[in-house]
Amino acid sequence: MAQYTITINGKAQQVEAAPDTPMLWVLRDHLDLVGTKFGCGIGQCGACTIHFNGVATRSCQIPISAVGENPVVTIEGLSKEADHPVQKAWIEHDVPQCGYCQSGQIMSAASLLKQNPNPTDQEIENGMSGNICRCGTYTRIKKAIKTAANS
Amino acid sequence: MTLIKTKYNRRSFLKVTTASTGGIILGFSWLASCSPTPEQIKQMPDEWFNINAFLKIGDNGIVTIMSPNPEIGQNVKTSMPMIVAEELDVDWKDVVVEQAGYDIQKYTRQLAGGSQSIRQGWQSLRMAGATARRMLLEATAKQWGVSADELTTAKGVISHASGKSMTYGEVASAAAGIEVPEEVKLKDPKDFKIIGQPTKNVDGPKIIKGESLFGLDYKEEGMLTAMIVHPEGFGMKLKSMDATEAKAMPGIKDVFSFTVYPEGIEKQWSDVNAFPEQVAIVGNSTWEVMKAKKALKLEWEYAEGGGESTANYVESLSELMSKDVAEPARKDGDPDAAFKNATKTVEREYSAPFLAHNTMEPMNFFANVTADKAELVGPIQTPEYLSKTIAQVLGMPEDKISIMMTRMGGGFGRRLYGNFGVEATMISKKVGAPVKLVYSREDDMTQGTYRPAYKVKYSAAIDENNNVTAVKIKGAGINGSPVFENRFPAGALDNYLSENHNLESAISTGAWRAPRSNFIAFAEQSFLDEVAETVGKDPIDFRLELFERAKSNPVGENNDYDPERYAGVLKLVKEKSNWGTEIPGVSRGVSAYYCHNSYVAQVVDVMMKDGKPRVQKVWCAIDCGIVVNPEGALNQVEGGIIDGIGHAMYSAMTFTDGVPDQKNFNEYKLIRHNEAPLEIETHFVQNGIDPTGLGEPSLPPVAAALGNAIYKATGKRLEGQPFTDYLGEAIELG
Repeated sequence: MAQYTITINGKAQQVEAAPDTPMLWVLRDHLDLVGTKFGCGIGQCGACTIHFNGVATRSCQIPISAVGENPVVTIEGLSKEADHPVQKAWIEHDVPQCGYCQSGQIMSAASLLKQNPNPTDQEIENGMSGNICRCGTYTRIKKAIKTAANS
Repeated sequence: MTLIKTKYNRRSFLKVTTASTGGIILGFSWLASCSPTPEQIKQMPDEWFNINAFLKIGDNGIVTIMSPNPEIGQNVKTSMPMIVAEELDVDWKDVVVEQAGYDIQKYTRQLAGGSQSIRQGWQSLRMAGATARRMLLEATAKQWGVSADELTTAKGVISHASGKSMTYGEVASAAAGIEVPEEVKLKDPKDFKIIGQPTKNVDGPKIIKGESLFGLDYKEEGMLTAMIVHPEGFGMKLKSMDATEAKAMPGIKDVFSFTVYPEGIEKQWSDVNAFPEQVAIVGNSTWEVMKAKKALKLEWEYAEGGGESTANYVESLSELMSKDVAEPARKDGDPDAAFKNATKTVEREYSAPFLAHNTMEPMNFFANVTADKAELVGPIQTPEYLSKTIAQVLGMPEDKISIMMTRMGGGFGRRLYGNFGVEATMISKKVGAPVKLVYSREDDMTQGTYRPAYKVKYSAAIDENNNVTAVKIKGAGINGSPVFENRFPAGALDNYLSENHNLESAISTGAWRAPRSNFIAFAEQSFLDEVAETVGKDPIDFRLELFERAKSNPVGENNDYDPERYAGVLKLVKEKSNWGTEIPGVSRGVSAYYCHNSYVAQVVDVMMKDGKPRVQKVWCAIDCGIVVNPEGALNQVEGGIIDGIGHAMYSAMTFTDGVPDQKNFNEYKLIRHNEAPLEIETHFVQNGIDPTGLGEPSLPPVAAALGNAIYKATGKRLEGQPFTDYLGEAIELG
C-alpha cells in the first residue's frame, strides 16, 4: 500500500492503494467514479477509456504509480452539465442500447475530435475501432461524431 | 374502441397502499431508481398517489410509470411505459420512468427473453393506463356531479363540455380511492399519440454522464468483493487447492471451495452450470481479489470421459446426420420418390461454431444473505426463476427474498441463466456479509451458456420443368438440434422431410440471441439462393412463388408462419432496394426469415476490397405489427443486423480437450467500427396488428444475405461460419 495524490476531473484526490492498482479500479472502487467501465482488463475493448494527460487511454492499463501529476478526466468530468458536444450528439442520435460501452465510446470520440475536429469517415473508423459495442450501435456512433464535429 | 375486462392480472390494479388518502411521500431514493429529466427534478411533487402497481400520480401532475421487465438494451424501459402513458393519456414529458423490482404478484412475466416483453405485456400495460384514466374520470365526475362518460382527456387534463377542466394531479388523491373498474375502454390505434412517436431512451441522460446504473456499479456499506475460479475446462473438476499464499495477501478475507447448487435441489431450466464445485476469493476491493486469484495454486483433473475438442464434435455431428432417425420431425408426401424421379438435385451441408454471449458487462451479482432474509441486486433476465432457485438453495420462503434488477450491460440470452446469482448468494451466506460477485472477462467467456455448434444438411429435388419437388433437412446440434420443422419452406412443398439429431455434451449451452434461428436462417436462406440459381430464377421471385403456393394451397396443417406477411416484407425490400439494378463493384444478396412472431427481409450490398467484404448498405423490411417506439425499434434492428454480420463474419468459440481456446477479446474477435455496414435503411410495414418481437428477428436473416452477396462477388458458396475461415479460398478465386 502507498499514498498517492492524483488529479481527477480537476480535483486533487488522496488514494491509498497498491502501486500496481490499475486506474480503472482506483476510479471505480476507491473514488466511486463508476462511469468508467470494466470490460476486458487487457486494453482490448475500450470500455474503460479515460483522458490521461488529454489523450484517450485505457484506464485498465495505467497503474496508479504511473499517474504522477498527469491530469485524469473521466466521463463524470467531461463536462459540468453533460453538455459536451459529443454527449449532446449522443442524446440527439439516441445512440445507446444497453449503454455499458458508451462512456468509453464518448471519451474516445471526444479525444478524437480534440485532435481532429473534422474527421473523415475513415478517420472516425480508425479512431474508434478500439472501442467495442456489443449491441452494434456503430452506425449511430458515426453519425453522432459527425454531428458533434459540426457543432 | 376496444372494451376489455380488467379481470386479467387484476391483482396489478388493486391499490398497493393502505394509507387512507392513498398518498405516499417519496424522497431521494426515488431519484436514484428513476430517470427524471432535470426539468422534472425541479418539479418534484409534494405527494404521490398510487393508482395501481404500474403508476403513481404526483399532486402536480407528474406521473411515475413503473417499467416491469428487465432492461438489457432492448429499450423496454422506454417502450413499456409509453404504452401505459398512451392509455392514461398524459404528456410524455410529464412521465418519469422507474424500474420495478421483481414482484410477480403485481407484474406478469418479468422476463427479458424471446423478444416477448412488448407482445406479452401489450394488453396489461394498456389496461394499467386505461384503468387509471377511468378512475381519474370517475373521481372528477363525482366532484362535478356529471357522468364520467361526458368527460374527455388530453395530456393529463380532464375537460367537460361546460368548460370545466381539472388536471390529473388535482384529482389524483380522489382517484386513488375509486374502486377499480370492471371494464375499461382501450383507444383505437388510430388515436395513438405516444405510441408510434420516436422517443428517446429514458436512461440516455444517465448513460452519457456515467451514472451508476449497472449491476457492476452497485455498492452497499460494508460490501465485500468476490471472484470465482472454475475448472479451466469443461469435463474437469477441482483436484487440489493451496490457498495459503492467497489468503495472506492484503485485503483478502477468505478463500474457499463451494458447491454452487447444493445437492437435492430441483434445478430449473435456467440453472445451467457445468462446474458444480468452484473456488471463491473474497476481499475488500476488486484489484486485491484479482491479485489473490492469481496466487492461488489449483490443480484440475478430468472427470470420466475427458474433455471435448472442436475437431471431434465437428466430425461427430456429421456422423450423426448420416444416420437414419426412427421418427422424422415432419414428413409431407413422399420425399424419397421425388428424389428418385428428380432430374437435378442440390445438396449442401452448413455448419457454425459455438458462440459466447460476451455481454460488455461481465456477469456479476450482489447478495446479502442474513438469517431471515436475502437481498439480491443485479443483472438478471429471469428474476422469477432466480427467486425460486434461491429459495431452494437457502431453504427460505420466497417472500423473504428480494431481487432488484439493475440495467444490464447486454443480455443476448446469457443472463437467462442465473448461476452467477446463485454463486453470489452462496458466497454471501458463507462469509456472512454483503458481497458483490464479479466475473473477469476470462471467467465470463470460459463459463458460458454458449450458442451450440450446429450442422445441417439441405437437399432439394428438381424436376425437368425446373420445379422444386422436394426438400430434405437433416439437422444436428450440441444439446439440441437447430431444425424448426414447421417453418418455411414446410407448407410450400408437396414433399418435405425434416430430421433432428442431438449430441450430448459437457459444454454448457443455452439460448443466444434468436436461438436456433440465428443458424438455421443462414443455412436455409443460403440454400434457397443456390436452388433459385439452379432453377434459373430470381431469388426474390423464387421465394415469392413458394409463398404463393403456401398461401393458396398449403401442404400440412401446422405451418408456423403467415405466407402473406412473409411475402409482404420481401416485396417491400425489393421495392425499397431497387432490386435488379446494378451498381458497379457492388454485389447484392437477399434473405428473409420469420421468428419471434415477426417477419424480416434484407438486401445486403457488398464491395470486396483486398479480398475482404465490406457491407456498403443493408436494406431491411420488417413486419412486427404496431411499432411502439420507432426510434428504439430502428436502433434494435440496426443492432441486430450488425450483431448478425459480426458473428457470421468473425466470431467462434473453440475447445481443446474441454479447455476454451478463446478467453478474452484478443482471442475472440467481435465486429468493430471499421467492419460495420456503412449504412442501414429500415422500413417497417405499417399495419394495426398487435406488436410482435423486435429484439431478435433482424439478426437471423442477415448472415445469408451477406453470404449470398459474397457469393455473387467471389463465386464461392459459404458453407460455414465464421466466414473469415472460408474466405481464404474465395480470395484466391475472386
